Amino acid sequence: MTILLEVKNLITRFHTPEGTVFAVNGVSFSLEEGGTLAVVGESGCGKSVTMMSLLRLIPIPPGEIVSGIVNYHGQDLLKLSENSMQSDIRGKEIAMVFQDPMTSLNPVLTIGRQLTEPLRVHLNYQPDQARKRAVDLLELVGIPDPSKRLGDYPHQFSGGMRQRVMIAMALACNPTMLIADEPTTALDVTIQAQIIELVKELRDKIGLSIIWITHDLGVVAGLAEHVIVMYAGYIVEEADVDTLYENPRHPYTLALMAALPHAERRRESRLKSIPGAPPNLLVEPSGCPFASRCEYVVEKCRLENPPLKALGNEHSMACWLDVKMGELQ
Amino acid sequence: MTDLQPLVIVNNLVKHFPVMRGILIQRQVGTVRAVDGISFFIAPSETLGLVGESGCGKTTAGRTLLGLYPPTDGQITIDGHNLRKAHGPTMMAIRRKAQIIFQDPYASLNPRWTISAIIGEPLRVHHLISSEAERTDRVRELLRLVGLSPSHLNRFPHEFSGGQRQRIGVARALASDPKFIVCDEPISALDVSIQAQVVNLLEDLQDRLGLTYLFIAHDLSMVRHICDRVAVMYLGVIVELAARDELYEHPLHPYTKALLSAVPIPDPKKDRARRRTILAGDVPSPLNPPPGCRFHPRCPIAVEKCHQDVPEWREVISGHWVACHLV
Amino acid sequence: MTVANPLPNIQPLKPLSLDELEAPPLTLSKMAWLKFRRHKMALVGVGILVLMILYCTLGGLVFSEKFANYNDTGIALQPPSSVHPFGTDVIGRDILARTIYGGQISLLIGLIAVMLETTLGIIIGAVSGYFGGLVDSLLMRFTEAILIVPQIFLLLVMAKFFAGNIPNLTILGREFSGSVVVIIAIIGLTSWPYLARIVRAEFLTLKESEFVLAARATGSSTFDIIFRHILPNSIAPIVVSATLGVANAITLEAYISFLGLGVRPPTATWGNMLEGAYNYIDKAYWLWLFPGLLILLIVLSINFVGDGLRDALDPRSRTI
Repeated sequence: MTILLEVKNLITRFHTPEGTVFAVNGVSFSLEEGGTLAVVGESGCGKSVTMMSLLRLIPIPPGEIVSGIVNYHGQDLLKLSENSMQSDIRGKEIAMVFQDPMTSLNPVLTIGRQLTEPLRVHLNYQPDQARKRAVDLLELVGIPDPSKRLGDYPHQFSGGMRQRVMIAMALACNPTMLIADEPTTALDVTIQAQIIELVKELRDKIGLSIIWITHDLGVVAGLAEHVIVMYAGYIVEEADVDTLYENPRHPYTLALMAALPHAERRRESRLKSIPGAPPNLLVEPSGCPFASRCEYVVEKCRLENPPLKALGNEHSMACWLDVKMGELQ
Repeated sequence: MTDLQPLVIVNNLVKHFPVMRGILIQRQVGTVRAVDGISFFIAPSETLGLVGESGCGKTTAGRTLLGLYPPTDGQITIDGHNLRKAHGPTMMAIRRKAQIIFQDPYASLNPRWTISAIIGEPLRVHHLISSEAERTDRVRELLRLVGLSPSHLNRFPHEFSGGQRQRIGVARALASDPKFIVCDEPISALDVSIQAQVVNLLEDLQDRLGLTYLFIAHDLSMVRHICDRVAVMYLGVIVELAARDELYEHPLHPYTKALLSAVPIPDPKKDRARRRTILAGDVPSPLNPPPGCRFHPRCPIAVEKCHQDVPEWREVISGHWVACHLV
Repeated sequence: MTVANPLPNIQPLKPLSLDELEAPPLTLSKMAWLKFRRHKMALVGVGILVLMILYCTLGGLVFSEKFANYNDTGIALQPPSSVHPFGTDVIGRDILARTIYGGQISLLIGLIAVMLETTLGIIIGAVSGYFGGLVDSLLMRFTEAILIVPQIFLLLVMAKFFAGNIPNLTILGREFSGSVVVIIAIIGLTSWPYLARIVRAEFLTLKESEFVLAARATGSSTFDIIFRHILPNSIAPIVVSATLGVANAITLEAYISFLGLGVRPPTATWGNMLEGAYNYIDKAYWLWLFPGLLILLIVLSINFVGDGLRDALDPRSRTI
């Protein structure tokens, strides 16, 4: 397998009137060609900002990409000119699908117009060529009667259908990679299942590499091959999906798993909750960001932030303790 | 559960919203059949789950049940009082005994009131306190009860995080010492690590105060955790109602089965191994629900009969109710 | 009561410590001030407004009203000098003193007319938005009917119709032309429709909000819901509209007074000081320059303040 995307030590901050927001604090990961990577974390953990940073979609200012390397097919996306980023990378190589299909579509233009326009602008398609491609794309994402629906406006589609249209638009220029930012969070479970099935199908059919951002460990389990768990702008654990669910090692991952209720399991006495709330990102991080909520916390955690450490078998985590082994590393 | 008289009885509850048009004289051009004849009861200290996808009418059902929307038809009895005939002091008695917790912790607290005023409102309205000092004492006590620091008394909602705001909402609901609380998706707007905190709080309070809950949710996993019995709603009607484990282990209605199979399992091996029923299409509009069984256009096993006849609501096994021709 | 006596065997939940609070403890007014402060022009506006109010009030201590109304045709139309810094008008009155007393009346008209306008606007908008249905239909059609008639036209007709019917009034030992009351009333009575529509829109949204539903579920009275829950949350657009309304009322007064239908002399306003000044546009610039400048300054500064308030009170703009 060849590496498609490699991110090294990405740091992103936002300079707001309230102070500096330490959004992403040195994140490194890679994605193989045809692979599926899931990035899991709660709101404000920096998972979306990481992806926006690597596509250079964050507003500068107030945002600032302090350092990092984003290697894509041998070129550093952070060093590319804005022009070539826009014409060669965004949409063409790496496409993105967002959480809210309602606000991502222009309500006063037909779906057909919104689908064909990028084809005509970026790929110089003729109108009838673009129209044919649009019909194919809608068919690909499972919208019934696609040629008729091209003339419809976004409000004539349901939420799930709109998300399908968004995926069709993302696929318009045959991207190599798709970044999906919580694409099913706003949808109902039955519709979520439809979209996940669709993405799996697309992955197998057209060999798409996928980064799937979510806060739902359940969604990840059935979809991803590799999982990154983020907390307060740091990667705290990284492993392939089976290892992570069978053998989670970081206290935060353990706590997240324990907090999940299981539909196929009987009621336990109590859910294990994580006390407190996520840290304030306005404070310069010192020590382990999870220390204030961690039940295994020791003196060292408050003083020094643990680095991401390899445990072998592509499994790594950032904790001074090995909670499973019960010892200080 | 118990052999006691049910605390809440809902019989054939209907709530239709008229769709009006017109400049000066408005006329009705359609009806949104948000809730179209649902019946259930809730025993004291029991938690009944009401699950369904967005637009199925579960939130409307919860609000109509408390008289926040006037019901179109049907009977509602809460703690022996007939809600539809209640007014004046009886209505106030019901308002005191039946409370609600909302989904959005940001929209459900008045942003211009202090925590003390918000939690103290039910105390003031129901004349449960005689002085300012007494109110402060009670509010402190309630804050402690929901796990917040009593020193936060004079702060405003915007100073709290989502989970803390939801606790404030719980404290407000508890202020008038209610018996019954409608929990309207109280955790779906919260982060995963915070959800468990709020669910544990609700369970603790139930054990401690003997509360009765109607727990409205779309998250089937959490419903299984917290509820005793579960009702599944689709497009304004309840399609299945059973004890929790019965429903999860032996679902009868095809919609319940599909819903259960759509829930992602946080275990990669199991998730890969199981066979999923992926429902086609979307929930139809409640403005114009399909005839016959409302689920038939999406039902994988629908037969001719389902297109015409409304399935009867019947008890298949003791305590397990379902509305389907093919069960 | 059950809550009062928690069972002893259950340990209380651990309270969260203060440092876990998401936002710094700021009161709403502090937050509004922090946001207001960012608008340099709004701060300048506040400064000018304060100076103007001082000018009108402290100035009254220097010159008596008698002096302001004292005329001596012998010194008519004198250009600014050390005796009469702003010059004198066509019948020899001191313009500086008249701008001071005129300012008092103009500000008074602006403030009282806005109070009237705001009260009417809030009541009509609130009733319409909260109760809806037929009441809403009737009130809104009435509001639109008022909006259709041009306000200036309505003002002129009403000013013409009522003027002269009301005798002079004496308040706090000062004599006012009865036309002041007429002008206040007609400005107030014709300006409310915009505010009523704003308030109605706010009420329509807020009455469906979850905190209002929560109040209803608690059993709060309709009065409480309207005046303690919804109204305080719609205060931002009301304050902004009222602020701008003051400027509007001052301009309107100037407009009708300029046309000779407004406040009658000898009571001075910035508006009626302009009356007749057009005859001397090139010959006696001081007749129109000083009152005109004052009107311009006050209207501009009020608008700047209004813009600042709009941003400061808007709960959606969260950045401090």
